[in-house]
Amino acid sequence: MATAHTSAHGHDHGHDHSSHGHGHGEGAHGSVKSYIVGFILSVILTAIPFALVMSGTVPAATAVPVCFGLGIVQIVVHLVYFLHMNSSSARSWNMAAFLFTLLIVAILVVGSWWVMAHLNANMMPGAMPME
Amino acid sequence: MTGNTQMLAGDAALLHDVEAHDEHHDDGSKTTLGFWIYLMSDCILFAAVFASFAVLRGQTAGGPDAKELFSLPYVAGETACLLLSSFTYGMAMIAAERQQRSATLRWLGVTLALGLGFMFMELHEFAELIAEGAGPDRSAFLSSFFTLVGTHGLHVLSGMVWMVVLMAHVLRRGLTQANIVRLTCLSLFWHFLDIVWIGVFTIVYLTGVAA
Repeated sequence: MATAHTSAHGHDHGHDHSSHGHGHGEGAHGSVKSYIVGFILSVILTAIPFALVMSGTVPAATAVPVCFGLGIVQIVVHLVYFLHMNSSSARSWNMAAFLFTLLIVAILVVGSWWVMAHLNANMMPGAMPME
Repeated sequence: MTGNTQMLAGDAALLHDVEAHDEHHDDGSKTTLGFWIYLMSDCILFAAVFASFAVLRGQTAGGPDAKELFSLPYVAGETACLLLSSFTYGMAMIAAERQQRSATLRWLGVTLALGLGFMFMELHEFAELIAEGAGPDRSAFLSSFFTLVGTHGLHVLSGMVWMVVLMAHVLRRGLTQANIVRLTCLSLFWHFLDIVWIGVFTIVYLTGVAA
């Protein structure tokens, strides 16, 4: 693998640019193994909630939180195995942007849902003397 | 392959001069960071659409709800297409890193085919819903459903157009440094869309049918 990489770079860019190969090595894009592991984990994490809901025997009060939990775990699996997020210093800006986005997304989604749920509860037809 | 490389050598030398100044100072990590920040803003766009769906999902206006409309085996098929395509794109990236041009193009072709499969399934689902009278004009629930799933679908479509363009780039100029940076950006985009789809099948389909 390493030799193939270097020689290919030799043809395309000349030797002075072979250093670029290192910046984009296995660490940056993962290996076949990491993609396979990520894929298998994703298949499992997708199959469980689908089977759970399709069986129809599990009450919603259990099925919904399980689906959410497994969904979040699968997102983390994708981030680690497909998007190669890690805490290395070279990628700290990616991580900082990501964490900030996570905060905004949480405020946006949970906030909207929370406010509107309260609004619905307070604006039930019975509570309003109009009509 | 060798013939091609030699044929491209003159071309590459020209390109080399043009790109030497702006491309070769860094390894494309600034470009991918910039693209990452775009993806984060796209995340916020999706968060807004997810939030509207979460708020409006109960407002069926006497029309059909998620349980009556959605077929989970069908959604599992769509999910399989996207998940497999994320994996095959990963294989394309590895082939690109190894400077294996034809393998890269093959894997990109498989990814594109899976993306097309997903798009056809989604459009078929939309057409059926609209034919049943459950179009976006039926209720607030369905408006937000079509907005959310449609926004994701449009992203997948633009990802596929981008993929075709990059395949043409790779065919013409080979796996140059610039093309690898472009392929890396598209890989971020493509994996990101798969992550958004996890949110869609969990929030829209699974919890919609379970509740």
